[in-house]
Amino acid sequence: MWWVLGLGMMLAVTMLLAVGLGPVAVPLDTVLRIFSGQVSGESQAATWSTSEESIVMLLRTPRVLLGAAVGAGLALCGVALQALTRNILAEPYLLGVTSGASAVSASVILFGAGAGIGSVSLASGAFLGALGAGIAVFLLARVGSQMTSVRLVLAGVSVGYVLNALTSLLIFASDDPNAGRSVLFWTLGSLTQATGTSALTTWAAVVLALVMLLYRARPLDALASGDATAQTLGISPTKLRAAVMIVTALCVGALVAASGGIGFVGLIVPHIARLCVGATHRTLLPVAALLGAIFLVWADVLARVLVAPQELPLGIVTALLGAPLLFVLVRRLNSNS
Amino acid sequence: MISASDVSAGYDGQMIVHGAGLHVDSGEVLGLIGPNGSGKSTFLKTLYAALRPRAGLVTVDGQPIGELRGTALARRVAVVAQESPGDLPVTVAETVLLGRSPHRGALASFTVEDHRTAASALRMLEVRHLADRSYATLSGGEKQRVLMARALAQQADHLLLDEPTNHLDIRYQHELLDLVGRLGLTTVVVLHDLNLAARYCTKLVLLSEGRIVAAGTPVEVLKPELLNEVYGITVEQVYTDGCLQLLFSMPSEQLGVGTLDLEH
Repeated sequence: MWWVLGLGMMLAVTMLLAVGLGPVAVPLDTVLRIFSGQVSGESQAATWSTSEESIVMLLRTPRVLLGAAVGAGLALCGVALQALTRNILAEPYLLGVTSGASAVSASVILFGAGAGIGSVSLASGAFLGALGAGIAVFLLARVGSQMTSVRLVLAGVSVGYVLNALTSLLIFASDDPNAGRSVLFWTLGSLTQATGTSALTTWAAVVLALVMLLYRARPLDALASGDATAQTLGISPTKLRAAVMIVTALCVGALVAASGGIGFVGLIVPHIARLCVGATHRTLLPVAALLGAIFLVWADVLARVLVAPQELPLGIVTALLGAPLLFVLVRRLNSNS
Repeated sequence: MISASDVSAGYDGQMIVHGAGLHVDSGEVLGLIGPNGSGKSTFLKTLYAALRPRAGLVTVDGQPIGELRGTALARRVAVVAQESPGDLPVTVAETVLLGRSPHRGALASFTVEDHRTAASALRMLEVRHLADRSYATLSGGEKQRVLMARALAQQADHLLLDEPTNHLDIRYQHELLDLVGRLGLTTVVVLHDLNLAARYCTKLVLLSEGRIVAAGTPVEVLKPELLNEVYGITVEQVYTDGCLQLLFSMPSEQLGVGTLDLEH
């Protein structure tokens, strides 16, 4: 409980600071005054420029809100999938959903399928691609009425490979010399497309996923110990896998549609959270969500200030930050066993 | 009380258990014995609804098991199954507390009483000192005792054990089965060691190729000619301190049969 409160406050501070940081820095007190001006509706005492106000309100705030939602969602889904597969290498993209989203968005970007409707069609296409891939993995993994963790992992990997090959084929077949670059930006993930609406819908998806997973926290504990354990405690492993898979596929679909495939967060944050509070899902889920949100907001700050005024794709930053953390975990894992 | 009648069960179209039945009265310890692959574990799975029988009926206290799915069943029947643990770092205390989950709602916290029950189960199995260790780092015998503690924390009045003495040294094997006898629960235990079965079970059921070939008291079931037929091994009965003990030897024609040449 203290972890949740402490991390919640840390996230609030992180988000406030992050709104001020970027190629154009806005001091914290100005950020606070802009916010309070917005809340009270008073603008006569404005001591800030209009460009500062639009940077804060139109660019940074939606972006920071979206970043926190995406980070929280990826960490949540990572925790859930690691429990489902009992595999510490499982991550949200295991279900092939990122590859599905990338394949569909590549075809939208390169061949203009649904062109003219703009970013809405790109986001909803990515969402549908993610869901389609999730459904394919689900159907492949389910043989008869059984769905084991090994089948789930293999089905996810194979669907991912097929869809990645399709994406590469689309880039290869395109005449556009910038095609690869624009699709790459999508597959590496970015928060530059953030709007108030996308931030809010993503938050809604993440909160919904958190509630549904918390409701299954104890069954997830049992499943993490083994299928036989779950069964002896009155839980059907196959039904639980199906239910959690649907929740995570929908959530990851929404995340990928808003921000592309940001790697490493869903893999690394669950491990850090387990080191902090143990493996009981009732506390692990909210703690992982908060840590994921904090991690991604800071990663995005780095993405926009490191090579300013240019921007790094967020996936590169998360991988560069996440990989050393993974190395440390690998060392710890060795010394424990 | 657990009853099974005419149970046939198997996996993916392959039948492993054919028309098997058993009856355990309250407080009895029934041992399920038989050679490797004779269907003991498969039969046991039908007794806690992990496997639905193709034919036949299983009842717990007279109620068909099909009507008792989920946590309602877990509150009445506790199981120590043969487990293949994952690599997520779960502590021993967390593992044993899981045994309390069938008694609590989805969003309810574990109570002080739950923690107390888990702690006393850990003490009963002499693994209290391991409470904060990661389950994955335990030895095979310690793991087995922790799983047994979880089953006891479930506080069900029926106990199903699939080879609970696996990985245990000889002292713990006797201690564990002695404890099982003293608990007074309705118990079905799959055992490989026939001497342990003779000593700690009130009834035995002998399976061979998925069929029951004998059932009754240990003295009735553990007959040398029957065991010779089922296991293909020579058996001699002796009595020490009034307890039945079996001595085994390979028939001479069975010796030297396996080839030592790995290349062919």
